[in-house]
Amino acid sequence: MNYGIVDRAQLEDIKTAMLEILISKGVECVILLDKAGNTIATADNGVCDYDIYAFTALGAGNFATVESMANIVGENDFTQFFHTGEKTNIYFCKVDDNLLMVSVFGKDLSLGYLRLNVADLMHKIRLICRQGIEQSGR
Amino acid sequence: MFVNLKTKEIQLKIVYYGPGRGGKTTNLEYLNQKFRDRIKTEMVSLKTQDDRTLFFDFLPIGLGSIKGYNIRIQLYTVPGQVKYNATRKLVLKGVDGVVFVADAQQEQRAKNVESLNNLYENLKAHNIDIFDIPLVLQYNKVDLKESEIPLLAMETLQNDLNSRLKVPAFEASALNGRNVVPTLKKIISMTMASVQDKIK
Repeated sequence: MNYGIVDRAQLEDIKTAMLEILISKGVECVILLDKAGNTIATADNGVCDYDIYAFTALGAGNFATVESMANIVGENDFTQFFHTGEKTNIYFCKVDDNLLMVSVFGKDLSLGYLRLNVADLMHKIRLICRQGIEQSGR
Repeated sequence: MFVNLKTKEIQLKIVYYGPGRGGKTTNLEYLNQKFRDRIKTEMVSLKTQDDRTLFFDFLPIGLGSIKGYNIRIQLYTVPGQVKYNATRKLVLKGVDGVVFVADAQQEQRAKNVESLNNLYENLKAHNIDIFDIPLVLQYNKVDLKESEIPLLAMETLQNDLNSRLKVPAFEASALNGRNVVPTLKKIISMTMASVQDKIK
């Protein structure tokens, strides 16, 4: 249960990493969620005002749909995809077997640059979760 | 379920399941109206053009604080139409409790049984035993009796759907709200008890 996130400090660390790695680079909002549609952690630039719970439910549904489509074409899953709009874009990626991440960003940020930073953030989150699993296993 | 130790919040997922046009969405619409003051956001509905549920409805409700933790119940419905089984299965991912909304009309008898069997199968696909998960049955549309539409007797519904499960069951009318809130209260109390067992 809880994907290795077993104490408050881990959630603080995840939020700090989200702020430092993505929000400081211009990402509007980032959500860490699970496949069931639960919100694990969020960070934003203080300007956007999205309905995070609805966003999370829809994000999990979106992932589930894409995963099913991947299965139809013989893939295990698609680990990342993005939707592009006129002003705002959404980037989806899979952190691990349970956790997913959604980043909302504007046209000032290139997708390639975002992906590099998201990869860095995902690495940090995986480390934090792994440490939690090791701690709780002791 | 996710327990957020930073925000002191427990998120629980309750899914309304059942045959097509049985009243799952109407349950959530009634709750959305009734508890408007506790729901800070709009209900999300992914519908087809002809107003049938395509993927799910979603309604988060804050229940206040229990033992220092804020409880947030996330209510989902599934599409009832037989052809949407793939999406029904997806919505059950991570479910903590289920309300099965049966249609009390006589002509829907076989569809109720078919849908309950489908719930059993889809829970099994997520390694969940229908006999282990918190489950409440709701026999909906009893208000149609006033329109002289033939309804199944409570005993018949119980025999068809609840003879082995032996879970709490309510006669209800989602349209006028009868027993909609008691159904929700029952599934919440059962889910909370189940969650407390897991946390221990």
